[in-house]
Amino acid sequence: MQLASLTRAVRLGVSSLALHKLRAFLTTLGVLFGVSSVIAMLAVAEGASVEAQEQIRQLGSENVILRSVAPPTDKVSNQESRILAYGLTHEDLARIRDTFPGVKRTIGILQVPEEVRQGSAVCSPRVLCVPPSYLAATGREMFQGRFFVPADGAQYDPVCVLGYEIARYLFPFESPLGKRVKVGADYFEVVGVVYPRVPISSLATDPSTEVGGEVFIPIGTGLKVFGDRQVTIRSGTVDIQEVELHEIIIQVDGGANVPFVADACRSMLTRNHQEKDFEVIVPLELLLRAEETKRIFSIVLGSIAGISLLVGGIGIMNVMLATVTERTREIGIRRALGAKRAHIVTQFLVETVVLSGCGGLAGVALGLAIPMGIERFSDMRTIVTPGAPLLAFGISVATGIIFGLYPAWRAAHMDPVEALRHE
Amino acid sequence: MRNASGESSASALSPVVGGPAPLTETSVASLRGVGRTYTMGTNQVHALADFSFDFKAGEYWSIMGSSGSGKSTLLNILGCIDRPTAGDYYLAGQHVNSLDDDELSSLRGQALGFIFQSYNLIPQLNVLENILVPVLYRDGVSSTSTARGMALAERVGLAERLDHRPSELSGGQQQRVAIARALVNDPALILADEATGNLDSQTAAEILDLFDELHAEGKTILLVTHEPHIGERTEGRLQLKDGQIADARHGRA
Ligand SMILES: Nc1ncnc2c1ncn2[C@@H]1O[C@H](COP(=O)(O)OP(=O)(O)OP(=O)(O)O)[C@@H](O)[C@H]1O
Ligand SMILES: [Mg+2]
Repeated sequence: MQLASLTRAVRLGVSSLALHKLRAFLTTLGVLFGVSSVIAMLAVAEGASVEAQEQIRQLGSENVILRSVAPPTDKVSNQESRILAYGLTHEDLARIRDTFPGVKRTIGILQVPEEVRQGSAVCSPRVLCVPPSYLAATGREMFQGRFFVPADGAQYDPVCVLGYEIARYLFPFESPLGKRVKVGADYFEVVGVVYPRVPISSLATDPSTEVGGEVFIPIGTGLKVFGDRQVTIRSGTVDIQEVELHEIIIQVDGGANVPFVADACRSMLTRNHQEKDFEVIVPLELLLRAEETKRIFSIVLGSIAGISLLVGGIGIMNVMLATVTERTREIGIRRALGAKRAHIVTQFLVETVVLSGCGGLAGVALGLAIPMGIERFSDMRTIVTPGAPLLAFGISVATGIIFGLYPAWRAAHMDPVEALRHE
Repeated sequence: MRNASGESSASALSPVVGGPAPLTETSVASLRGVGRTYTMGTNQVHALADFSFDFKAGEYWSIMGSSGSGKSTLLNILGCIDRPTAGDYYLAGQHVNSLDDDELSSLRGQALGFIFQSYNLIPQLNVLENILVPVLYRDGVSSTSTARGMALAERVGLAERLDHRPSELSGGQQQRVAIARALVNDPALILADEATGNLDSQTAAEILDLFDELHAEGKTILLVTHEPHIGERTEGRLQLKDGQIADARHGRA
């Protein structure tokens, strides 16, 4: 009986709206665009945020990362050849390892600017000289073979581990294990392949381009073979840099210690370096900052969503006020035939809810389609959380009710005699 | 949702609830010193003044008078869509003055049948749905009430047009739908304000025949009209002048 009267009310609402199809359609459009843009924006925001967090997490949330950066060099210029010495030193590494409390592991990384060849294939990956603990500290996993053992570096074995992309590029048809690749002027035997990092669409790498992929060499071997000097020949000028360590990854014992270790590193490095030739990256701080950014983003999006739904709501109210005025006589008739005020309120509220609900449903459909389109036609990542369509739809219906209340109230409080005399 | 008014029956013989008692027990509608004054700025219009009258069960009255004499005002008050500014009104045993808006609405739905000059059907509903509107607000549409609505449509000669919209009907047919609608809740009092005013004489005569039939069945009918020949058909004639009774005659005497 309740259900029957509800379906009758909805049917009546639909048939009343059908008297002005275009008007109802245009009103629905207002809600539709509000709802779909909310869902689409939330999906883009969520996608961007998750991507940022993944990137940061790959750095390790319990790590503190120190990097060498070339200091500002305006004083040295117009030289055909120069030696630029800067950056983190083995001494820095030793000091952190031996004197800092709460440090579980330290990993020094040397990057050498050499090309990697195999047969006729040439590429320029990042060639990183790392200790065996690198794998565990960065949380990466082996695709095949093994990573380094301490003996590799200690005996200066010419072995290397390839990143997945490089392995695929240099050895497209065969397993690279046991094969040799040429790094710079020396040959190295491939002992393993590591999985790529979680694919990061915006940083998608092509191994044939300059920065694509990675090749790992034991740090002991690397230091012996390549030394501290990195020579790059760039369009006629010979660019020689002297950097002992390009990066130090400090694995901290427990996330709570990360800020202290980071601060200690900053003050220690500031004390021991004349110039600011280093940077301290704290993934945990980045993560917190990313979350803060996401929060602000959500507030901004929420406001935009609110405004667009407000506009939709005003549209609904406008149309319902017009409808109520137009149907003044009908209201008078219904009142004369026994309708209570509550009946009239219900009748008009059902109409607004039908309007906003249809707009909301269509908006959800469009709102789900837009992120799919974005994913398809751009490399932006989108994530539609299950709550987003529900939230948007709920808000659209709530908007309908809120903005429909006043017109419905006005309809119910008309004087029946006046209403019957209308036009 | 049902209130006190919903519980008492619509019969003219039920005891009066609240207020001083009407003069006779067979009255469907009793007016006691009823006044309706419109205040427009500083001057007042007395559309009805000190109006006392009893409409008894089964009577058929025509209400006549010049334009502005207060006929519609009287009918609105009798129909509980307007409230008197003075006096007491009893309908079907209830003291209308003391009812709130919801109780008035229920009373209208169950005790009154309205027939308007301009038919006043609801355009987006078909014939059967229009007939059933008062049922909808009374106790909801059921299969028995639907059957009743169809029987009434048949009675007013519209059995073939149940699913037509008002815009697809002639004026006379629309007024027949309105009459069926007025009858669907079996009201104690039927109020018709110039019900034939928009119709040609042939169609008007058919509608008046229908009223005669209803009267023969014992319905209480009040018919506002400008036409003397219509006034001659009814057994009672009430003549209004300036919101007061100028003359009241009844064939029963
Ligand atoms: N809403 C109103 N505001 C002010 N005065 C009103 C209002 N309604 C009616 N009146 C006045 O009350 C008086 C009676 O009006 P009423 O409509 O009852 O006349 P009537 O007998 O039905 O006339 P007609 O035959 O033209 O329909 C008139 O003088 C009219 O001007
Ligand atoms: Mg009138």
